[in-house]
Amino acid sequence: MSALRTSDVSARGTDHQFWWFALSGVLLVCMVLVGLMIGPAGPTWWRIPLELLNRLPLISVESGVSASDWNIVWQIRAPRVVLAVIVGSTLSISGASYQGVFRNPLVDPYLLGVAAGAGLGATVVFSLQSGESSTWFIDPLPLIAFGGALVAVLVTYLVGTAFGANRSTTTLVLAGVAVTSLATAIQAFILQRNTDVVRQVYSWILGRLSSATWGDVRLVLPYVIASTVVLLLHRRLLDVMRVGDDEALALGVNVRRVRLVVVLAATLGTASVVAVSGLIGFVGIIVPHAVRLLAGASYRRVLPLSVLLGAAFLVAADIPSRVLANPAETPIGVVTAFFGAPFFLLLLRTRQTSQ
Amino acid sequence: MSTLGFCNLGVSYDGVPAVVDFNDILYSGEWLCLIGPNGAGKSSVLRAAAGLVSYSGSVAIDQNEIPATSARWRARHIAYVPQSPVIPTDMIVHDYVLLGRNPYIKHFASESQNDRDVVERVLHRLDLTSFTKRPLGTLSGGEVQRLVIARALAQEAPVLFLDEPTSALDIGHQQQALELVDGLRREQGLTVVSAMHDLTLAGMYADRLVLMHQGRRVAEGTAQHVLRSETLAEFYGVTARVHHEPDGTVVVIPQRTPLL
Repeated sequence: MSALRTSDVSARGTDHQFWWFALSGVLLVCMVLVGLMIGPAGPTWWRIPLELLNRLPLISVESGVSASDWNIVWQIRAPRVVLAVIVGSTLSISGASYQGVFRNPLVDPYLLGVAAGAGLGATVVFSLQSGESSTWFIDPLPLIAFGGALVAVLVTYLVGTAFGANRSTTTLVLAGVAVTSLATAIQAFILQRNTDVVRQVYSWILGRLSSATWGDVRLVLPYVIASTVVLLLHRRLLDVMRVGDDEALALGVNVRRVRLVVVLAATLGTASVVAVSGLIGFVGIIVPHAVRLLAGASYRRVLPLSVLLGAAFLVAADIPSRVLANPAETPIGVVTAFFGAPFFLLLLRTRQTSQ
Repeated sequence: MSTLGFCNLGVSYDGVPAVVDFNDILYSGEWLCLIGPNGAGKSSVLRAAAGLVSYSGSVAIDQNEIPATSARWRARHIAYVPQSPVIPTDMIVHDYVLLGRNPYIKHFASESQNDRDVVERVLHRLDLTSFTKRPLGTLSGGEVQRLVIARALAQEAPVLFLDEPTSALDIGHQQQALELVDGLRREQGLTVVSAMHDLTLAGMYADRLVLMHQGRRVAEGTAQHVLRSETLAEFYGVTARVHHEPDGTVVVIPQRTPLL
């Protein structure tokens, strides 16, 4: 980081870089606090920051939060907020990375079949479980969804590289389209025969954080951390790949290997968050673009800022999803699109006129 | 700085040969220009030696064969300027030239002070200092060409490949770009291989021309030797007059077939 801060020779953005990171960090912290404070039950909102302070070592503040109230905050809201941080940051950085290795701004992290594979897995689980009372030792839903997502991407990659010309990404993307259609077709077929689970599957597809537990967080954290670290390490190479495969190769980048590693890492992260939260759309494509519009297109800024702002965005989106249709939940996928799309259009417009 | 040798270089696409047994040795600081009609294999020679397509035979720098597997080693020794470079319009000039330092930066590391110094020097040498912070999308065609050459120079490679360096430029910028390359090879002893369509320009700047046809070398030597009407008629299928200026420049003038 010291190299980044001292390099005042390099360009627009670098001068403001520190401030973008600081601002995004502050925004994320604020969103997390608000996320902890708002909810249908539990203590009065202003008592919660006091109690948080109280729980820090060496500080003692009288917050007036009872133990049972604190339980609501810590066991229900906190895992939900933390999961939103994890899911939002992972979908955003995965989307940005996919856009980088495919050099296509319209790509989202579900490109190679993650979503369809996970959806098929979830549908199978719901169908098998319907009728019988749950007698499973552990909840199979995240595991099967995770497995389905990985299998779908694996098939896409094998088919795409087996039939594809040397370094073309088009075949890979087309293979992704084919695998997605196939998985969706099978899913539709299964649903047709088990119409009683349509509602469950539908709500899973729209995404949810409502049932989040610390167990979910522990389940995905190792994968998400591994994926994020690997992707962040590739941020400079993704900048080199912006000049295309041929030139990147002539500049000494092993393009195929970089693409494979980035796709694997992004897929692992996406599959694991999809497994616990369902298909939350929109985040992986819009957050990286918002970052580009604000802070410039270099992946050295886009990737880390996507982590911070993606997390802040999803925590923020989760708040209306809790309170809008209280006591029912509004699916978070609906909220991200409903508030995200107009915000993005506004950003697009103001940026275009200011340039 | 370095000699460059091609030994039985062969390229084929889906079994169709594009280059057959290309052999050559360039001395340090020599400028070799590949000429020939479209599809003769000029670009394929450059792309193969730059590691972009697989090839048979070998390419050596200072008699060290380029290892087929190391893109970084190759990029430290050969800088390649493609015919139509991909220009990320929102990247800024400084960052674009910095890409040329990639072969020296460890995989997951950032650039060093030395890398930034090299970029500064190159920008200064090519009069691009005032552009440093401009996005690439705002530059003209001539400026972009200079910028791509700047990125290649930042690679500090002893060998420079230019694929049709002037095809998108007007006559003034063509001259500027070629004079720039010529000046650089004289200053720094760069060994240059270019593929060109403009025969007059090719003859003016290169030390030696190699005429290719259907993947094979069919003529080689100085402009006076290679650029002859009968040779051009045979391999380009063109009726052209070749005019020798007093200063040694060979001018190729295409002729219209007279209407009867």
